[in-house]
Amino acid sequence: MLKQLDGSVAVGDAVALCRPEVISCYPITPQTHILEHLGELVKSGELPGCEYLNLDSEFSAMSCCIGASAAGARTYTATASQGLLYMMEAVYNAAGLGLPIVMTLGNRAIGAPINIWNDHSDALAAGNSGWLQLFVENNQEAVDVHIQAFRIAEALSQPVMVCMDGFVLTHAYSRVDMPEQEQVDRFLPTFEPRQVLDPAAPISIGAMVGPEAFTEVQYLAHIKQLDALKLIPQVAREFQDIFGRDSGGLIKTHGPEDAETIVVCKGSIIGTMKEVMAGMREDGISISAVTIRSSRPFPKDALREALKNAKRVLVFDKSLAVGFGSMLASNVRWTMTGLETPINAIIGGLGGRPITRKSLRRVFEQGIRSELEETHFLDLQHDIIARELDRERKQRRSGPMAENIVRSLGAARAASTG
Amino acid sequence: MFQLRIHGRGGQGAVSAAEIISVAAFYQGKHSMAFPSFGSERAGAPVVAFVRIDDREIELREPVMDPDFLIIQDPTLFRGVDVFAGLKPDGWVLINSRKSAEELGVGEAVAGLPEGHVVSLPASELAMKHIKAPKPNIVLMGGFAAMTGLLNQDAMEKAIMEKFPGRLGEANVMAARAAYDAIVTPA
Repeated sequence: MLKQLDGSVAVGDAVALCRPEVISCYPITPQTHILEHLGELVKSGELPGCEYLNLDSEFSAMSCCIGASAAGARTYTATASQGLLYMMEAVYNAAGLGLPIVMTLGNRAIGAPINIWNDHSDALAAGNSGWLQLFVENNQEAVDVHIQAFRIAEALSQPVMVCMDGFVLTHAYSRVDMPEQEQVDRFLPTFEPRQVLDPAAPISIGAMVGPEAFTEVQYLAHIKQLDALKLIPQVAREFQDIFGRDSGGLIKTHGPEDAETIVVCKGSIIGTMKEVMAGMREDGISISAVTIRSSRPFPKDALREALKNAKRVLVFDKSLAVGFGSMLASNVRWTMTGLETPINAIIGGLGGRPITRKSLRRVFEQGIRSELEETHFLDLQHDIIARELDRERKQRRSGPMAENIVRSLGAARAASTG
Repeated sequence: MFQLRIHGRGGQGAVSAAEIISVAAFYQGKHSMAFPSFGSERAGAPVVAFVRIDDREIELREPVMDPDFLIIQDPTLFRGVDVFAGLKPDGWVLINSRKSAEELGVGEAVAGLPEGHVVSLPASELAMKHIKAPKPNIVLMGGFAAMTGLLNQDAMEKAIMEKFPGRLGEANVMAARAAYDAIVTPA
């Protein structure tokens, strides 16, 4: 059924269709509306048979998810940014214990400096936690992939994080085709846990494992994720059979597969990029994009196949690995071992900076002309950097960097608007 | 693609207005996307919200930088915010004020726009009259609908009632109608 909804309500409705039995709640911008909406659905009786837990922190929220999932309940929560960091010990535990929890990550920057807006820093921080990470491009995919996430998580007995861009998707109203309950019931069978805490047949979960077997436990987690590289496309096909639309598998190609320049990215930025690339192709430039749905497990073979004939690859990353550059570009480089294709990383959209068509076109053209540094920062304001570095050179006690920059920006703005 | 940018202050309902306009457009079979500016939302601070309306799926995510239509919920924003940035040469402006653009000191900024494309509407006063609160957003939505012809009254009123069920919704519908009528048949 077609509806005009914001991303948060759409995801809340999609999760409700999956009949979760336990939802843990701790609010944090920009995901709060998802959990609020689910709270309303539980309270009004529209989502029956679900225990909704208001917790005192993200750490408690994930800990309750672990307990509930270990007791055999289909379990869901959502978080973002600092909230994810605060629950991080439990996040790793959920994966290590093999509990099929589904969590929405409303992607947001990480402080300091504090920033509530969108980038992929939080997903990066949990990128090696053992959770699967699925990135969505728009709110239709957000709906569809949450439904698939429960199926994938429970098939593997591994937790899945659905990454959706904070504000850009969570707060955007757009048209969404909301699935019917009957379709979801057909697609998503009742949860059959692989392990369950049952008083009638007591077991313990969470053994201490020493050097004699730790490697093997980790290896099993690794090959389970690699198995997901086969499972994810299969689940996507079954989804298409029932719901009648292709919601993507491991990766998605946008534009001609034989383009000379291919841009690799994750999440909602592809929307603006598609507009830019359509214009560039009209001007005779051979360019297309590949979006990565499954960031963990990393779709190495599928990506290599998509990129093998490209003359140039540009990796657009909404997160920065300080002291290295782009982890996404590093992952892409690894998939292209043995190929000579030049790769540049473009870091953009940090802390919610708007990514405009104009800037994208400029940076893609610079890339094609081999004018980009190895790691390029989109729309970097060099004057601000120079001013702050100058201040640091001139005085030892130059003060807090973020405050200095905000103050000098404010002064510059006041001067320009009179 | 039609692009609207709403400038207001936290508490004036710019984000809600964008949402309701997008829902109304949806009821008319259009594709529409509404989203807030990515700035701090707090009472009194400048707020921007965006709406795009089209016959095909909208995928563009950048803020509206070249609007067809500007709604200015608070004329004090003319000091300090470049609200006219990127406005199309044949664009539209709707200002919440009794005063004309010239009287507000922005005559020059709107001088090149076609005749009838710049309208002042005392939306906060109409809101006080109908909904007993200085919330100009729905009144201005009625003005937007009247000026552009993009939203029909049924779709608009359905979207308003969905957002504000009950008496608040009915009062807002009356307010939007008053604005619509004031513009379609000026006194």
